[in-house]
Amino acid sequence: MNILIVGVGGQGTLLASRILGNLAPILGLEVKLNEVHGMAQRGGSVVTHVKMADKVYSPVIAEGDADAVLAFEVLEGYRYRHFLKKGGIMVVNTQEILPMPVITGAAEYPKDLAKHLREECGAITVDALAAANEIGNARTVNTVILGCFARIAGIACADLEKALEQSVKPKLLEVNKTALKKGYSL
Amino acid sequence: MKELLLGNAAIARGAYEAGVRVATAYPGTPSTEITEIISGYGEIYSEWSPNEKVAFEAALGASVAGVRAMVCMKHVGLNVAADPLFTASYTGVGGGLLVVVADDPGMFSSQNEQDTRYIARAAHLPVLEPSNSAEAKEYVRLAFEISESYDTPVILRTTTRLAHGQSVTEIGERVERAVIPYVKNPAKYVMMPANAKNRHIVVEKRMNDLQKACDGGGVQKEIDYSKLNSITYNDRKTGILCSGIVYQYVKEALPNASVFKLGMAYPLPIERIREFAKNVENLIVIEELEPFFEEQLKINGIECRGKELFSRQGELSVNIIKEALLGVKAVAPDNALPGRPPVLCAGCPHRGVFYVLSKLKMTVCGDIGCYTLGALAPLSAVDTVVCMGAGIGMAHGFSKALPDKKNTVAVIGDSTFIHSGITGLIDCVYNKGNTTVLILDNSTTGMTGHQNHPATGKTIKEEETVKLDLETLCKACGVTSVVTVAADDLAGIEKAVKEETARAGVSVIIARKPCELILKTSRKPYRITEACKKCKACLKIGCPAIQSIDNRIEIKAEMCVGCGLCEKLCAFGAIKGE
Repeated sequence: MNILIVGVGGQGTLLASRILGNLAPILGLEVKLNEVHGMAQRGGSVVTHVKMADKVYSPVIAEGDADAVLAFEVLEGYRYRHFLKKGGIMVVNTQEILPMPVITGAAEYPKDLAKHLREECGAITVDALAAANEIGNARTVNTVILGCFARIAGIACADLEKALEQSVKPKLLEVNKTALKKGYSL
Repeated sequence: MKELLLGNAAIARGAYEAGVRVATAYPGTPSTEITEIISGYGEIYSEWSPNEKVAFEAALGASVAGVRAMVCMKHVGLNVAADPLFTASYTGVGGGLLVVVADDPGMFSSQNEQDTRYIARAAHLPVLEPSNSAEAKEYVRLAFEISESYDTPVILRTTTRLAHGQSVTEIGERVERAVIPYVKNPAKYVMMPANAKNRHIVVEKRMNDLQKACDGGGVQKEIDYSKLNSITYNDRKTGILCSGIVYQYVKEALPNASVFKLGMAYPLPIERIREFAKNVENLIVIEELEPFFEEQLKINGIECRGKELFSRQGELSVNIIKEALLGVKAVAPDNALPGRPPVLCAGCPHRGVFYVLSKLKMTVCGDIGCYTLGALAPLSAVDTVVCMGAGIGMAHGFSKALPDKKNTVAVIGDSTFIHSGITGLIDCVYNKGNTTVLILDNSTTGMTGHQNHPATGKTIKEEETVKLDLETLCKACGVTSVVTVAADDLAGIEKAVKEETARAGVSVIIARKPCELILKTSRKPYRITEACKKCKACLKIGCPAIQSIDNRIEIKAEMCVGCGLCEKLCAFGAIKGE
């Protein structure tokens, strides 16, 4: 299973990939991850690759070869939609974070992206920020999306919880567990 | 035990298991994590050095003293360390010496796409190139064996995809190694002409010996070269020669091809490659960046194709290989969408400084770090960025070329200033320059993820140490006017810039406030009240938390850290904190 996680630097794509990385051995699969550190982490467009299979070579997902695209921000989901395989799963947070060219007026934020993604890619669109705020921590958007994806992909919530336990600091475990369940129920 | 390890973590683990005693580095994406992780091993002395040259020299000293040592850097860091590197090739080593260099094809976080393999060849040093985390760890061990068997520093070259990719790696135990007793040996370690002439002969013989050994001849020295260079025959119509992460792309894109995988990128096993070329119909060299292998094959009369099929620019990928060799076109990205370049974080202390410099229409010779982002709209405050420390030298050059132009300043971060800005500042003073240098002191090495440096007063292990005092240092360089201003004091910055650029001679303005990501202030977010006249003055600072939606200005509460910079810009008092 190839899972592409896209979002804006600072949204926690690295944690999401770490959780999926820890999920792979639970599912009995080999895994490779690829991340972006450095400059793009400063509010830029970030892409993280997770590849699980019996044997994985390239750690980078090819365009058109993602079984799932998890988008933490809707424009980023739209930007990377060409990675999704036909019939693949796409989970999109409807949150809009305006990029600087839009803030400065040099570009316009495209309209109705969530609708386009639903129609074009069969995307499941969720307001993960609202869900994260509901459980009292806006920074858990990443885990909410993961939970939502797990339900659609038929991954047992308990398996993902086990992977979560290996991935976050103890003091952040409870809130992330709640976020995971919240996402699973969306 | 198996663990999912980052390539950089695997290199750190490999160093630990290989019995390394000393590890040095200056942070640089994508190499930084190696030394950060090593700092967690109690058995290894580790340090952030002020720059890569010093880091290299410290590691070389440790090696000559008789222990296994390593130094890590990004590709452009190797330019800084090139001076000791080229001559360390002549001296050889005591304990093994490993030089880890991380290249950045595609420039995720760099100013150029240089190919370390060419520098290695110019310095006559062997280069190993792993293709996943497990190999990265194993190659560290092999690199130390080669280093000690052939009396040479060894370069381990990685690329961003390897450094920041995670794959499963077997964890082993540390093997302690006895210190090799130091014996004074000027003929080997004092590189004055008479000695260096003799050592140059040794260097050539060493590389010839190593090449022969890779080819299966000469003296083998008990190194398992098959772990480095391996051949897999499948369909003999197409034979691929590749190395590093590209090997993984090739295996996925062309599962039926015959593959010659190079784990040692230099020197090449030319005779084995010649044999491989004879056994396949078409030999294709697939390598990122420069035609390093291809040229050597062609010089040796081995027919092959390479850069006529693949670009020298950017990364390769599974789809690029499929398109070039199988004619399969990949889905194209949607380029019509607004881009999302990186931005200075909400609450970044640099933002106000760039706002002032932009407002005063200064010519800004910038530098490498988070504050490079001051070049982007709407701040658009930076005129030049070249390499670490270049801003000061270039501003000095501006002032000498155009003595009447008074509005040129240099802008440099604290860590970068210590890395290679100090000599530039001394040049300005010594040669009677008229430059104003702004040191943006956010009290950390920011872009690479918050590493300590001499002016933070803490070591890599967070131990207290002597804190380098930037004001005293600048004065000691002969700068008579050194002004310190709080980085968020807009009026103070403006006054200082106006006064210091008007003053004859060299001035330094230190704009100081720690990085917001360290401070993590939990002040309440600001909000826009009904007094807003929609003049959009607050949008000029390029804060990602302030947005204009349908002609309504809004502060995104989940992004605002409450720094209050926008409040200072609002002429109508329409921005309020709690």
